[in-house]
Amino acid sequence: MERNELLNRIKEAQAKKGSVSEEAMAEMAQALGLPIGDIYGVTTFYSFLSTQPLGRHVVRICKSVPCFLQDGETMAEVIEKELGIGPGETTADGRFTFELTNCIGACDQAPAMLVDDEVYGDLTPDKIREILQSFD
Amino acid sequence: MPEKRILLKDCGKIDPGDVSSYEAEGGFKALEKARGMSPEEVIAEVKTSGLRGRGGAGFPCGAKWELARNAQGNETYLICNADEGEVGTFKDRYLIQHDPFSLIEGMAISGYAIGAKKGYIYLRAEYHYLLEGLANAISQCKGKGYLGDLDLEIQEGAGSYICGEESALMNSIEGKRGEARYRPPFPPESGLFEKPTIINNVETLVNVPHIIENGSAWYQGLGTSESKGTKLFCVSGDVERPGVYEMELGSDLGELVMDLAGAREIKMVQVGGSTGRIIPSGMVHTPLAYETVLGSGAVMVFDESRDIIDFVYRTMQFLNEESCGKCAPCREGTEVMVEVLGRLVQGEGVEEDMGVLEELSGVMTLSSLCGLGQTAAIPVMDTLAYFRKEYENRISQSVFLRSLKAVNR
Repeated sequence: MERNELLNRIKEAQAKKGSVSEEAMAEMAQALGLPIGDIYGVTTFYSFLSTQPLGRHVVRICKSVPCFLQDGETMAEVIEKELGIGPGETTADGRFTFELTNCIGACDQAPAMLVDDEVYGDLTPDKIREILQSFD
Repeated sequence: MPEKRILLKDCGKIDPGDVSSYEAEGGFKALEKARGMSPEEVIAEVKTSGLRGRGGAGFPCGAKWELARNAQGNETYLICNADEGEVGTFKDRYLIQHDPFSLIEGMAISGYAIGAKKGYIYLRAEYHYLLEGLANAISQCKGKGYLGDLDLEIQEGAGSYICGEESALMNSIEGKRGEARYRPPFPPESGLFEKPTIINNVETLVNVPHIIENGSAWYQGLGTSESKGTKLFCVSGDVERPGVYEMELGSDLGELVMDLAGAREIKMVQVGGSTGRIIPSGMVHTPLAYETVLGSGAVMVFDESRDIIDFVYRTMQFLNEESCGKCAPCREGTEVMVEVLGRLVQGEGVEEDMGVLEELSGVMTLSSLCGLGQTAAIPVMDTLAYFRKEYENRISQSVFLRSLKAVNR
């Protein structure tokens, strides 16, 4: 394994287990001959990587200025209420993790969010409920 | 000046999933022409055109290519920066979604000119939904032989604004934390894997086929003396018609936000993203160009109902979260600014706060390692200059309310 493969390897480890475990980081550290702290440092640098277990689906609502101007805060509150969890938390059934994120480049469809890898724009409270219901 | 669609001319017209529809619109003619020229001639053409980087920094593109071409070593890398994290910017997403072939053609020409055998498109994780379409476009172009000996690979990011900064981006491709590097050396001399590297923004590369096909003289006829060509503007915020608009450089900001996007009762416009300049309504007829205001082309409109301090606080929170943490002026400076602005937002400001913000702004601007910290104070300084009264009012209200509490105690 080469160092430049590390980011993809960490992503694979997360996709497999739902988070980047200490064991996975130790394995990668050994393969690269690096201290585990280096792998931990890379993992925790990026907001899409997590050492904490994530839900089956990750809801990331944009909190940056263009979405904020289109009532993004209210939409975030709707999600909080629907899921019964705050930002950074995962539902007890492991279905959703809810996060606030910085600009996702969907400002022409603000307010917008990502659920896993899909973008959803022009959100309304009703639309949010519908979208969340479509995930198992 | 109305819209002028050069970069967007094929968007909506071609099928982004089918290279033959791009060929039918004259696609890859520029590449063919470029291959009939020497690499030095291609670079000279781009240099003469006056094309400057469209990611925000505005470095002359041809001059950069020339540095890489002349650099020692037999391995040169080409990177397309598609880590479009700048707040309010979505033009690169639009281009990749609607016309990935123009980008690939631009990269093929660039790769030929600088002599790169390996190219990366660094795509932000938030744009994962673009990956399949882009990969499909690359493989179709490869199948048709358009890439020549350029091996083009997509490297996805993992959620980080600073990775749009070129040296942080290279660290990220190398499998490291996306922290900015000390410069010199600059990338054309020593970049990715310490080899000569050219990093260009998506929009910059999409300009290249048009310059080669129509010639630098044609391109020079567009724009102003310092800013040639057209620019994609991403309009968002308090407007009726948000979206991507293409205009000649030097066009009027007021025309863009009012006539095209339908803004009304404007209080201010921020041009260039989170660290972009603030244009108050009285100056809305400013030309959009490198010599005035431009940045990434993000144009965020705020109407009269908006609170300045809330906006600046939110922006500073963003910059604080996204600071890579390597240098103290940016890491600690944004932290203190968040604290001070947070106090103002919560009605706990003190009279010294404005002085603190101003002093800190100067330090951060002068001593930060990369563009993030160097420009982080712009929204603070600009709003202090144009909307000082709002800061003063907020503070005097806070002081007054606290004095009431003290009386009641």
